[in-house]
Amino acid sequence: MNNQAATEPVQELKQTGNNPPGKKLKIVLVGNPNVGKSLFFNQLSGGYVDVSNFPGTTVSVTKGNYRNYEVFDTPGIYGVSSFNDEERVARDIILEADIILNIVNSLYLERDLFLTQQLIDMGKKVTICLNFSDEVKRRNLKIDYQKLSDFFGVEVIPFSAVSGNGFNRLDFAIENAREGKRLYDISRIKNKTVYSSIPDAELIMIAEGDDIISERYGLPVAGFDERELIYIERRNAVNELVSNAEYEDSSSGRFFNLLGRLSIDPKYGIFVLLGVLTLMYFFIGDLVAQRLVGFTEGEIGNRLFEYNLKLYVGEFTPVDVTAELMNVEDEVTESRNFNFPAGIDKNSDAYVEMNQFIDGKNYALSFHYPNWFYKLLFGEFGVISMTITYLLFLLFPLVIAFYFAMAFLEDSGYLPRLATMMDRSLNKLGLNGKAIIPIILGFGCVTMATITTRILGNEREKTIATAILQFVIPCSAQLAVITVLMASAGFVPLMIYSFVILTVLITLSTILNKFLQGSYSPLLLDLPMMQFPKFNNLMKKTYYRTLGFMKEAAVWFFVGALIVGLFDITGLLKIFQDMLAPVTVHWLKLPKEAATAFVMGIVRRDFGTAGLFEMSLAPMQITVAIITITLFVPCIASLMVMLNERGLKTGMMIWAATWIVAFAIGGIVAQIIV
Amino acid sequence: MGNKTLDKASKGKFLKINSLPKGIHRIQLLRFGITEGDIVFCLERLPGGTVVIKKNRQEIAIGFDIAKNISCSYHS
Ligand SMILES: Nc1nc2c(ncn2[C@@H]2O[C@H](COP(=O)(O)OP(=O)(O)OP(=O)(O)O)[C@@H](O)[C@H]2O)c(=O)[nH]1
Ligand SMILES: [Mg+2]
Repeated sequence: MNNQAATEPVQELKQTGNNPPGKKLKIVLVGNPNVGKSLFFNQLSGGYVDVSNFPGTTVSVTKGNYRNYEVFDTPGIYGVSSFNDEERVARDIILEADIILNIVNSLYLERDLFLTQQLIDMGKKVTICLNFSDEVKRRNLKIDYQKLSDFFGVEVIPFSAVSGNGFNRLDFAIENAREGKRLYDISRIKNKTVYSSIPDAELIMIAEGDDIISERYGLPVAGFDERELIYIERRNAVNELVSNAEYEDSSSGRFFNLLGRLSIDPKYGIFVLLGVLTLMYFFIGDLVAQRLVGFTEGEIGNRLFEYNLKLYVGEFTPVDVTAELMNVEDEVTESRNFNFPAGIDKNSDAYVEMNQFIDGKNYALSFHYPNWFYKLLFGEFGVISMTITYLLFLLFPLVIAFYFAMAFLEDSGYLPRLATMMDRSLNKLGLNGKAIIPIILGFGCVTMATITTRILGNEREKTIATAILQFVIPCSAQLAVITVLMASAGFVPLMIYSFVILTVLITLSTILNKFLQGSYSPLLLDLPMMQFPKFNNLMKKTYYRTLGFMKEAAVWFFVGALIVGLFDITGLLKIFQDMLAPVTVHWLKLPKEAATAFVMGIVRRDFGTAGLFEMSLAPMQITVAIITITLFVPCIASLMVMLNERGLKTGMMIWAATWIVAFAIGGIVAQIIV
Repeated sequence: MGNKTLDKASKGKFLKINSLPKGIHRIQLLRFGITEGDIVFCLERLPGGTVVIKKNRQEIAIGFDIAKNISCSYHS
């Protein structure tokens, strides 16, 4: 499993520009985590990969194009070796590189130039790109570029991937990449015959005790290890260089610095967290989920779009309309049927009567088409009507809000600090603080977050975190619908829901922690600067993620609606609902129609949750239904990713367990509260 | 001044790193820029022993299990 990340295919961005055929040179962007490689890559290739302010955003290699070159974005690493997934992925593409653009964060020269020296020792053609030049300027930091360049023997060029500074010298940077001055004299070992045919880059890795590379050349594992020696020498050289090439800035006591401090403070940290959650709640839960979606779903979706669509369709086919009048509490006070056996004729008595009945009142209309084809497309589960309302008027605004809030968090630098604060608590669950990062990202998209579990230290932690994600973390779209439903259910249901989900989370990881071999890996995490998120990046990220979501969800929603619609028409849905009635009605105490939501939930959890939307449920029933569907099987996309990341056995076990746990817990809660 | 382990260091003090643990964590700390003899600042110490140190502009969070194997002394 361990090597899997290394062998996976490289993602390819769409080709931009014309590239003549022939073998293209490979430019590889290499650097420590969170130094701006991905932003640099986006600038250079015109493509888009995720940019966030925490180490470990990028976990796989992405390919793009620049002029006649192939460009690769890589996961951040602190050194070229094979200690973890990110390193194994980066290692192989670095070994293949023709040119390396070493991206360096100018504010952390001591840390970053260690890797630089290693790349140079490997004999690679390198140009050093000193990123974050905007911050250098802002802080009045002085860096002696000439000194750095003399020391390493390669070009050193200031860049800012944010402002675009330096990119006019990009071609110069690429064309002048060259081998630099090596610190480690490789000729000493090159003389030995066993090593003579091994390329320099690989040889230095072998000298540093890299077992995987040793194996590749048929050498004994740990046959030769000068790592300690080389590292100390390299570290000392870099420290000395930096102390001579950089002049201290005025320490700027900014607001965000202070916020960063407070967020890891044992006393105030919890208030920062509560503050963040409160802000999120007001933005997503109140402003968007209630006010905005109330408008888009209720007014635009139902009143305007569905009403007019169904009315229009009704002109061509027989239709029965049920009109319900409601009081201010949304309780139905009066209901009447209007039949249009020959389609709706706007001059007919029935139509006039209907309009009089609803005029000026709080009403809801439902249309029933006896004709199966119209029913399939425009009926209750109409492939067209339902999909569009759910997607455009319910999920779209919610998902945008969620992704925006997530992007804000990701780009602020808060997540690694939250990880630090939660470290000891998570140790008890068999994880270290870092695990909070994929878990929080899971609230955006469980599928994406499952991939991010790669940043965790060992297989065991990845399994526990993946299980948590698949069991208890509702993704943004689902959470969005939950927020809307919960808002209508009230405070007590919300408390019950949170309590149950949290209990399952803790029980689940405690059990896994007990039964899986091994223990957590200790935390070692560098904290990025706190910053106010870059507006541009927020917009871009929200845009790309929303677009990605809509594309994927649209397909699955259509498919899901088609299946449910066909089930409905053929009568299978009824049979199915009756079959599941013992579970839905007696065990979960829900109306038997709720079975439909679970069928929809297999396709996608958010789709299933949206299915609950149309049912009139009591607050406690909503609680049960939402608990069950939160714990229920993950969407197909995230199942696929999980199988790929964790392997068939673990993946299927987690998947099967979600079924059992969902219905077991849902039922127990139902027996108690409904 | 007396040696102590990093997990017991006080917040707001400068520390001299006397020895690092062996193995992978040593490698990682070296890469982060922490070596024996370095002076670092203890930015925070959380209950349970997770410590945040600062060297130059760089802040590093170190879990209890690594911190307890780093020996250091106060430096003024
Ligand atoms: N001020 C400033 N911020 C930058 C610059 N380049 C990148 N950033 C910010 O630094 C953070 C990290 O950027 P990424 O591009 O995700 O870094 P990365 O090197 O790809 O990170 P990993 O994928 O985790 O290795 C983001 O918040 C960026 O907005 C820069 O030149 N100046
Ligand atoms: Mg990246």
